[in-house]
Amino acid sequence: MTEDIPFNVPFLAVAVMVGIAFYTIISQRNLIKLVMGLSILASGVNLFLITLGYRKGGVAPIYTHTPARMMVLPVPQALTLTSIVIAVATLALMLSMVIHIYRHTGSTDSEKSRIMKG
Amino acid sequence: MMSKIVRTMASLLILFALIYGLYIIMHGHLTPGGGFQGGAVFASGVALLIVAFGSNNIHKSLKEHHLSVLESSGALIFIGLAFGGLAIVFFYNFLVGSLMFGHIPPSGPNPGDLWTGGVIPFMNIAVGLKVLAGLSAILLVMALATTIMEVEE
Amino acid sequence: MRKIAIAVSWGIFVAFLIATAFLIHPFGYPPSEMDDYIIENTQSETGANSAVTAVVFDYRGYDTLGEATILFAAVTGVVMLFRRKKKEK
Repeated sequence: MTEDIPFNVPFLAVAVMVGIAFYTIISQRNLIKLVMGLSILASGVNLFLITLGYRKGGVAPIYTHTPARMMVLPVPQALTLTSIVIAVATLALMLSMVIHIYRHTGSTDSEKSRIMKG
Repeated sequence: MMSKIVRTMASLLILFALIYGLYIIMHGHLTPGGGFQGGAVFASGVALLIVAFGSNNIHKSLKEHHLSVLESSGALIFIGLAFGGLAIVFFYNFLVGSLMFGHIPPSGPNPGDLWTGGVIPFMNIAVGLKVLAGLSAILLVMALATTIMEVEE
Repeated sequence: MRKIAIAVSWGIFVAFLIATAFLIHPFGYPPSEMDDYIIENTQSETGANSAVTAVVFDYRGYDTLGEATILFAAVTGVVMLFRRKKKEK
């Protein structure tokens, strides 16, 4: 895996993932599918953070039993750790709120559970 | 509550899952891993117990009050260590070169020495306690809520 | 009419994303100098063998404090949403 990858394939993958996630959030009416779209958006942003810091022909930035080559950048990996934990916490809170909405109004359709009509 | 084979194998496999999680937490400054990853592995072991034995039986001995005490003590140890090096800056590493965890490793690739790291192993243990207690509390409360919903209807 | 406006704005947004994917720096040659300092001086300043753990807990420990606060707030919210009322006689 040390040859030249043509025309930036990982950044194109991030653009496709964010595009699909935004289309899902705009057009779906079921609440659980909306939460799935938000989770895909979080995964796309994490992938973008990690692929920003890759050096061609590098190894992991850890000094225990490592071959003596160039190392990749360690700071984007630290920021991605924080982002993954925050995504898990917000996903748990959103799913609890969906359970409560289903218990109070009887359906998971976002058009039928509007309380404030104006 | 599942069948007898599932319950026996689950209570045998939970030991290996817990030991693996604690190993990842303790060796955070030598190998990939650390506090967050080890806490997540530990919480997946607790999820195995909840699925095999039923959430009502687990709730008889593991209440939310004990998990809340664990999580708060982890957060307080983390902040206490941060205030420890306040003589120079807020998060200063004041244990490098002193008695506890104070060796300095040679430069370049080397086999790891457990007694290095300064204040980092204590911070790994504190964050590991916090993540373990938090994720287990989320799993337990959500499993209890869905079984009560089935009984009422 | 409203659906056409929403679809056109989504198309412009995705076009900007794909244009960025072609114009960003080539994959594998990042223009960064801060990480060279961190990789050189991790073992003498912090004493840990792993650069990622040293960055998370020593060079950027304040961000880890904020993330622990977010985890605590989320767990408090979930446990609060599922409380049961005790029946009083």
